[in-house]
Amino acid sequence: MTTMSDPQQGSFRLSMLLNDTRYRSYTFQFIALMLLIALMAFLGVNLMRNLAEAGLNISYDFLGVPAGYDINQTLIDYNSQSSNLRAAMVGIINTLLVAFLACLTATVIGVIAGVARLSQNWLVSKLMSVYVEIFRNIPVLIWILMIYTLMTAVLPAPNAFRGDNATSSMLFDAFAFTNRGVYIPAPVWGPGSMMVVATFLLSIVAVFFYRRYAVKLLFETGKLLPTGWPTLAILIVPTILMFFVMGSPVGLDLPELKGFNFRGGIQIGAPLIALWLALSVYTGAFIAENVRAGIQAIPKGQTEAAASLGLRPKRVMNLVILPQALRVIIPPLISQYLNITKNSSLAIAVGYADITATLGGITLNQTGRAIECVLLLMLFYLTISLSISAIMNVYNNNVSLKER
Amino acid sequence: MSDTHAQTVTYVRDTMLPQAAPPSTAQGPVKWLRESLFSSIPYTILTIAALYVIYVLLSGFLPWLLGGVWTTANIRECREVLDGGAGGCFSVLSERWNQLLFGISYPQDGYWRPTLAFVLLFVAVAPVLFSSLPRQLLIVTALYPFIAFWLIWGGSLLVPLSALASIGIGYFVYSKLVKTSFAAGLAGGVVAAAVIWFVLSFITPSLSGVLALEEVVSRNMGGFMLNMILGVICVSLSLPLGIVLALGRQSSLPIIKMICVVFIEFIRGVPLITLLFVANVVLAYFLPPGTSFDLILRVIIMITMFASAYIAEVIRGGLAALPRGQYEGAESLGLDYAQSMRLIILPQALKISIPGIVNVAVGLFKDTTLVSIISMFDLVGMIRGPILASTDWNGVYWELWGFAALLFFIVCYGISQYSQWLERQLQTDHH
Repeated sequence: MTTMSDPQQGSFRLSMLLNDTRYRSYTFQFIALMLLIALMAFLGVNLMRNLAEAGLNISYDFLGVPAGYDINQTLIDYNSQSSNLRAAMVGIINTLLVAFLACLTATVIGVIAGVARLSQNWLVSKLMSVYVEIFRNIPVLIWILMIYTLMTAVLPAPNAFRGDNATSSMLFDAFAFTNRGVYIPAPVWGPGSMMVVATFLLSIVAVFFYRRYAVKLLFETGKLLPTGWPTLAILIVPTILMFFVMGSPVGLDLPELKGFNFRGGIQIGAPLIALWLALSVYTGAFIAENVRAGIQAIPKGQTEAAASLGLRPKRVMNLVILPQALRVIIPPLISQYLNITKNSSLAIAVGYADITATLGGITLNQTGRAIECVLLLMLFYLTISLSISAIMNVYNNNVSLKER
Repeated sequence: MSDTHAQTVTYVRDTMLPQAAPPSTAQGPVKWLRESLFSSIPYTILTIAALYVIYVLLSGFLPWLLGGVWTTANIRECREVLDGGAGGCFSVLSERWNQLLFGISYPQDGYWRPTLAFVLLFVAVAPVLFSSLPRQLLIVTALYPFIAFWLIWGGSLLVPLSALASIGIGYFVYSKLVKTSFAAGLAGGVVAAAVIWFVLSFITPSLSGVLALEEVVSRNMGGFMLNMILGVICVSLSLPLGIVLALGRQSSLPIIKMICVVFIEFIRGVPLITLLFVANVVLAYFLPPGTSFDLILRVIIMITMFASAYIAEVIRGGLAALPRGQYEGAESLGLDYAQSMRLIILPQALKISIPGIVNVAVGLFKDTTLVSIISMFDLVGMIRGPILASTDWNGVYWELWGFAALLFFIVCYGISQYSQWLERQLQTDHH
């Protein structure tokens, strides 16, 4: 039978390209490839003709030319004479800054809201589901613009803080919420402050080793060391001691009202605050849902089994529920971080100088280099997205259940 | 031991005592309050804190909403009427109602057209959403794109009719040829539709006055109507494209798989706003010289590409979740690739993917507000531009943003509630 049904070798006919499943896949792929090449060629030829007609060319020289515009919130040195490349760098750093801040606060908000939504307390869980539904179902752009309006139109102007019968006052004499942004104290690093910082870093390492030692002791002898208050003590006490030994090297530069505006401290502009808050509360609502789903994904039997082993509720949570829930929570959490980074491009709506607003906004409009600017912009976001996905894949491979 | 029992009275109760009512603290609302609000001291504190939060929110919100003014012509009159009261100037909504919904330049006497299209949308979508409705209603769904196009963009009815005719004939050819081979059916259908469309396009311009509504160009669309148009068109176009991309990504043909993977990962890696920049300033460079696409069409293309990449990933999840046996079962029945996908795999995979697809659709609808950044006047663009910039209403922020938020909330919350309902309906397994 087998010899009969075996296809005859070496008798390839042209019609087999369509009728024989072994060769048909090559035909389809060839057609797809040809179509793709034709499309690319069509677009490329059009691009060439359009550029020639407009007397343009593709060139990245504009990156070295002075940008000619000011940016009010920069973390690195920048002035209007700096190059467009420098402006783009400022934008990249600002994007990463707001994305980092928003990821932190969104995680905190999301975890609290997600856990609170599962609370036995009816009022709290309902309040949290109202929060989640309201923030999930309204566009983030509207939230950004609303919070920006709150910052600029509702908060008092700096001169409301002036005089004896001022209508506004600073919080703890250190924080001022004005329509030009929020002023917070800035740390002043005096001589010897390096020692304080180093002590603090060393205590973090010490905490790590202490905890590892506690686990080792537990496994070897069954003796349980307390971890809560020693951790806190190791973190705080040496740093405070060093602080006073070095003669209080780290001071605070408080913002003060001078003239028409506040001086000193750190100014956080209204656009940054609006973007940061809006991204945090919006994404926080999504993260809350992820956290809730992750905790609910753990069968009730796990809690009961852990309890029947004699574990206390806190240890049940730490040792049994959380490690399993995290496996469910972390992948969507990381894609929410990715969403924050991508949504931070909406900064352009409130005038925060992120990469989209500098490279894709002002630089693009001033130089007219649309193709180059948009290409670089996409490249930047792609790099971030792909590297985060790569990290996520590595993580997933590490935590996924090893099935054999 | 035995002494203690020596004195026992020989009495055995032979009737049950009547059941006593539970104590008043363990029944009714008191029990509920104790269990769900005041079960322990931390929870009591939490409850009181939550009550305080609700009080603060409502005490700010209710006077503003209930004491609002609805019938003044501008913000100065409104502030006079309010006279320092806590109410809101909702008159901006009543005065600018048409602008918020339809934009600035849509013809005033044509407002009934998008409104009717909006109402018909529910009729057209209903049989797709609720399978208990009579199947004959699907005819409305099939006709809806053409009716809606005619109503919103205007022009002669013959243009959508000829499109309908060419698609109808294309489908007829497809259904004749599909029995021999799916690829032949598809190719024949597309060719037939194109030929009919080409032929009819010679006839329609000469009859442009027949059954014509006043023509409205795309750049005159605005307000919430624009968000709805973009949302509905892009979601419905991206669904088939997403299915194709997902199948391509799961395919065993390396070149096709590679093309799909690169497309999907590229689109998902960049923010939508950069794609809108492409639509706005770059896309024109890649089209033949002299072609002028209007902006709304370019934006639709870009948003559709964006959404289809996300939908493809959702459907890929659905395809991957199907047990291997389904694929093998289809093959062992002797079905070819197209048949097994169409009849066995996709119906199941799409069912699994519905919640994800709805999530993408809601996200996409919210993302249509981004077009305001490339200076199109959708709802957000209208509020930021013409309304807040006018001297009449400069400073009425919360009423406008609240209204925009409310509109989006109603639509998005409605869709997500529907998806949860559907998930319960489709649950065929019993836990």
